[in-house]
Amino acid sequence: MTSEDDNHGPSRRKVLECMTWAGTGVLWTIAGGVPTSMGIIDQALAAEPKGLTFLQISDSHVGFDKPANPNALGTLEEAIGRVKALPVKPSFMIHTGDISHLSKVKEFDDADQMISQARLDVHYVPGEHDLLDDEAKLYKERYGRGAKGAGWYSFDANGVHFIGLVNVVNLKAGGLGNLGDEQLEWLEADLKGRSASAPIVVFAHIPLWIAYKEWGWGTEDGARALEYLKRFGSVTVLNGHIHQVMQKVEGNVTFHTALSTAFPQPVPGTAPSPGPMKVADDKLRTLLGITNVTFKQGDQRLAIVDQPLKT
Amino acid sequence: MVMEVKFAGHLSKVFAAFLAIAVMVAVAPAAYAEEPSVKIDNFTFNPPSLTVTAGTTVTWKNEDDIPHTVASTTRAFKSKALDTDDSYTFTFTTPGVYEYFCSIHPHMTGKIVVEAKTGSN
Repeated sequence: MTSEDDNHGPSRRKVLECMTWAGTGVLWTIAGGVPTSMGIIDQALAAEPKGLTFLQISDSHVGFDKPANPNALGTLEEAIGRVKALPVKPSFMIHTGDISHLSKVKEFDDADQMISQARLDVHYVPGEHDLLDDEAKLYKERYGRGAKGAGWYSFDANGVHFIGLVNVVNLKAGGLGNLGDEQLEWLEADLKGRSASAPIVVFAHIPLWIAYKEWGWGTEDGARALEYLKRFGSVTVLNGHIHQVMQKVEGNVTFHTALSTAFPQPVPGTAPSPGPMKVADDKLRTLLGITNVTFKQGDQRLAIVDQPLKT
Repeated sequence: MVMEVKFAGHLSKVFAAFLAIAVMVAVAPAAYAEEPSVKIDNFTFNPPSLTVTAGTTVTWKNEDDIPHTVASTTRAFKSKALDTDDSYTFTFTTPGVYEYFCSIHPHMTGKIVVEAKTGSN
């Protein structure tokens, strides 16, 4: 982080003000861990970033047909339509879990058929809704080949190191999301020897930090993972699960959660439970969407743009 | 209880009384001895703690728009994922305290306290 960045960075209060806008399409540029609001989506996309652009979609819940959205496959189709229409074609897509609603073969089939229309490589991590069949075979067969344990792995793209983690298995009564010792040991080894200047993107289903304990929105041993990531200059943590945009910055780590493509969930504490939130029909698509992430080579910046299906 | 029975004289009264008892016996189990149940809604088990006697079958019903499971912390029992309106039953034969949770949303917890049948200990 340079002092120039510091001077141009917003105050903590300004960041918090911007956070409430994130869901409606504010571009975030991350410089050394301090996000700077750059304006609305259209301006940002017009800037034609050079470097790596990738896309995050999350919580498709294909098969969901309850009042909050009777046609989750339909809104996934609209989301993929937005992906295809992007002015800058992303290099690949990550899906942060809950592809299906009930881990049924037809749900995975429908999701795959729809998502493949984007014609992009997709890197998946599972959500708890993807592991509901006996022994969680379906997810592993379709998306987990070559991955370790319950489906964690890492890869590199344009100098950025990507790490997909699984925090939805072996959950303990009364607890939160869980990574477990085996995965944490793998993570420590995966990061060992890497240059601290290498930008890191970590993605997992449940927020890696404690977003709202009362609703189980957090990862029990997430702090251990963050301990291994502390020495890196640029760390971006992308999660799903909570079906709304939430952003937090801690040191060099930026945490960001994506919109769902299926149904919104309430803001913490504003409803009796985190269940699907029924909103007026014309409002639904303003609360669903995709996330565009751009890394510009050289200046260590990651820009995160949330794009609702409808503004 | 008033009953219209198309029989004449004394015999009809006896029959009516018999019928009344028969009706009460038939109705009683449904009205007064309902199988204990736990409702799952708003990401909670209701009631969170339920006391039953050994041999009782407990039914859980999911009334949320999101699937849940019923999983014993000691792996004594575990349901499949219960979609909306799905039910799961388990018969508790041995006295003890059975803690359970939703393995998908582990902050959801509950317990079943199983007491020995009266006179059997």
